[in-house]
Amino acid sequence: MQHYTMNLTLKVWRQKNSKSQGAFETFQVKDISSEMSFLEMIDVLNEQLVSEGKEPIAFDHDCREGICGMCSMYINGRAHGPWHETTTCQLHMREYKNGDTIVIEPWRASAFPVIKDLAVDRTAFDRIIAAGGYISVNTGNAVDANCLPVEKQQADDAFAAATCIGCGACVAACPNASAMLFVSAKVSHLALLPQGEPERKKRVVNMISQMDTEGFGSCTNIGACEAECPKGISLENIARLNREYIGSMLSGSATGV
Amino acid sequence: MALNSKIPAGPLDSKWKNYKATCKLVNPANKRSLEVIVVGTGLAGASAAASLGEMGYKVKAFCFQDSPRRAHSIAAQGGINAAKNYQNDGDSTYRLFYDTIKGGDYRAREGNVHRLAEVSANIIDQCVAQGVPFAREYGGLLSNRSFGGTQVQRTFYAAGQTGQQLLIGAYQGLERQVAAGTVQMYSRHEMLEVVTIDGKARGIIARNLVTGELERHFGHAVLLCTGGYGNVFYLSTNAMGSNVTAAWKAHRKGAFFGNPCFTQIHPTCIPVTGDHQSKLTLMSESLRNDGRIWVPKAKGDNRKPTDIPEEERDYYLERRYPAFGNLVPRDVASRAAKERCDAGYGVGSSKMAVYLDFASAIERYGKVESNKQGKPNASKAEIIAMGKDVVKEKYGNLFDMYAKITGENPYEVPMRIYPAVHYTMGGLWVDYELMTTVPGLYALGEANFSDHGANRLGASALMQGLADGYFVIPYTIGNYLADDIRTKSIPTDHPAFVAAEKEVSERINRLMNIKGKQSVESFHKRLGKIMWDKCGMGRNEKGLKEAIEEIKALRKEFYADVRIPGEIIGFNPELDKAGRVADFLELGELMCIDALHRNESCGGHFREEYQEEDGEARRQDDKYMYVASWEFKGDSQYELHKESLDYEVVHPSTRSYK
Repeated sequence: MQHYTMNLTLKVWRQKNSKSQGAFETFQVKDISSEMSFLEMIDVLNEQLVSEGKEPIAFDHDCREGICGMCSMYINGRAHGPWHETTTCQLHMREYKNGDTIVIEPWRASAFPVIKDLAVDRTAFDRIIAAGGYISVNTGNAVDANCLPVEKQQADDAFAAATCIGCGACVAACPNASAMLFVSAKVSHLALLPQGEPERKKRVVNMISQMDTEGFGSCTNIGACEAECPKGISLENIARLNREYIGSMLSGSATGV
Repeated sequence: MALNSKIPAGPLDSKWKNYKATCKLVNPANKRSLEVIVVGTGLAGASAAASLGEMGYKVKAFCFQDSPRRAHSIAAQGGINAAKNYQNDGDSTYRLFYDTIKGGDYRAREGNVHRLAEVSANIIDQCVAQGVPFAREYGGLLSNRSFGGTQVQRTFYAAGQTGQQLLIGAYQGLERQVAAGTVQMYSRHEMLEVVTIDGKARGIIARNLVTGELERHFGHAVLLCTGGYGNVFYLSTNAMGSNVTAAWKAHRKGAFFGNPCFTQIHPTCIPVTGDHQSKLTLMSESLRNDGRIWVPKAKGDNRKPTDIPEEERDYYLERRYPAFGNLVPRDVASRAAKERCDAGYGVGSSKMAVYLDFASAIERYGKVESNKQGKPNASKAEIIAMGKDVVKEKYGNLFDMYAKITGENPYEVPMRIYPAVHYTMGGLWVDYELMTTVPGLYALGEANFSDHGANRLGASALMQGLADGYFVIPYTIGNYLADDIRTKSIPTDHPAFVAAEKEVSERINRLMNIKGKQSVESFHKRLGKIMWDKCGMGRNEKGLKEAIEEIKALRKEFYADVRIPGEIIGFNPELDKAGRVADFLELGELMCIDALHRNESCGGHFREEYQEEDGEARRQDDKYMYVASWEFKGDSQYELHKESLDYEVVHPSTRSYK
């Protein structure tokens, strides 16, 4: 693979805190290697800002291998940028060429208030999990693991839903800022497994209710969430979520939680 | 101070049973008034916080990330070991115990390791009950694979995302307790000091990373589950935020640091591409189940790997270690890669890489698959296509990750890999109950030193983190807190809290007032280079002595010239990072001191002066069969305490994988 360097113009959203007004600020970066990751390019910019005595751009990131779900940039109008099934940290600069302009924004959703610049508050997701995204089993209660066979296809589907990294790209991509893909991934993961059966009905109702309380929008079947999900979480999960929800409401057993 | 490891008396396989049967208990009413602080929410922290919450303790959990689900345990790929013997291949608790002791090059405690092997099976049960979607066979039962340093298949996995699935399981358990009100969660908080009162740990000072404010939190006990310190090398497979700060503050407050120089260099990582590199990415050890490692037989062979014929390739692990082949333990595989590259056989543009090749596995699986599908006469191209599908199912996400980072297709050309810092076996010294030398202060998971000796076997970190959190601390903490039921919550206006907060505040002010010229990042990079060059895969007396002086000088420069932009109040990641790098600048020196004092090679600690003629590590059991436990005595002053390792069951011998 041929490596090269490039000069870029970056338009980055700057915002002091959740209460202040934000605006774009334009920067030039030089000699960016095509081998760098996108965040390493931001590192270069930040080092430059520090050396000029300015405040670097605040952004969330941690594992830089696409699994922790912390990185969260809206790049040229797309959550996590242009690569399919890829987090911001795994996007590499060989995507860009000399002279390109890149616009970088935070996730935009009222349920994800901006903390500073590109970092947002996603604790709403934690509260949705706390509302029911678990199986109630205390430590020490378990029987031998192989007492409970699970059909392979079923297990594989549960796993596919469980690979959600909770990054929030689905919310950022959705014009309604809906969290349905996130919620459906967890509901599906647990509803597909026999272990999840006892709490299946109340789980879905409680999680949806918390989702609404947090101020996420409604799902209107646009599908941007699936298209931008770095882990390829399928829209089928939303269909399953809807079935689970309706089933739970009709059976009347969702109340009495 | 004499170290008391508190290993229970009695035969090895009944120590833990007897301990559980005789340790003190706390009744449910008293649990409700006992407060426990858990710092870190990885596998150890999340499992401990959830379990203690379920038991009825009042728990406060802290993490620096925006959510507890992001702790770096999430990045573990390959799997988790357990002595289930589901494969009927001769596994047992004893074998897992023995493999771990041997894998650690006889520098771990028998009592701890046996307990770890005993509870390993419970972990799998617990995780399955939580809904962790482990890989399964067509019969619906759990699947296993092999990892390095073992000859059985005892590793449970969820594709290449095992850590993620286990952590999400523990995280969900934790959130359930948050909802129940037994756990209070503080994300985006960093612990910056331990508060001790009458010699006991009684709380912490934490900084709210969003507002920049300092907070005081009381606890009857404090659990540090804060992971390892591999980022002292700057480049490692750790997350960007992984740090030693909590453990280091505890160390400065009296907790001894055990075997700080024991570092794991993982053999299969994507090689460095340039100075811009911010972190390194692991390619799971599970790939060595099927990937074959090789370099060209001729020095400086610049042909494409696919153009080099079979007979001109050196499968050096298979050649040197026929019994274990590509599945030798990590330290052995890493040194062998370094040896080949140093000798001029490395590949790629940097020549600091070796090949990890799946071509023969693809063909092998393809043939099996063509027979399964009733196509014995399939063409070679069809066989390769079928083989690629099988490999994709096993390792697809890892292959994708490799392709994204390097821009190369590992199904077509071999991966290029090189060793990188991955894990630290050293950590806070703890006794059998996981308590540090400060009463009431515990260390769990990678943050402690206890179970892996001088080298950790693959798929054992997840096992240890969850063992400590789910199955050990729930018993051992009761043994301590049972004597504390009369201690009322101590108000945080107590002078000890005031003094601790003042200390933290002064440290932060000092950093902010330096107003120098060089960035935090640049100091971290320079420290990392010293550590990697002189305290990395190969170490020698001269280099270590130089490193100690260089680190001292770098630390001085840091405190004279670091530039931290922004303010103390508000969100300031540069300030967070500065505090962490300041602590690494102290830890690095201690690691070199420890490496210098240990005049032997064992596990991941390879002192070049101590090797056999064939390059294998030479231990000095008569002199160094002990845990080196260091007490902080003031800046750059550390006193060594030795905890001798007495092997009652295993007979230490020269570790051989040949």
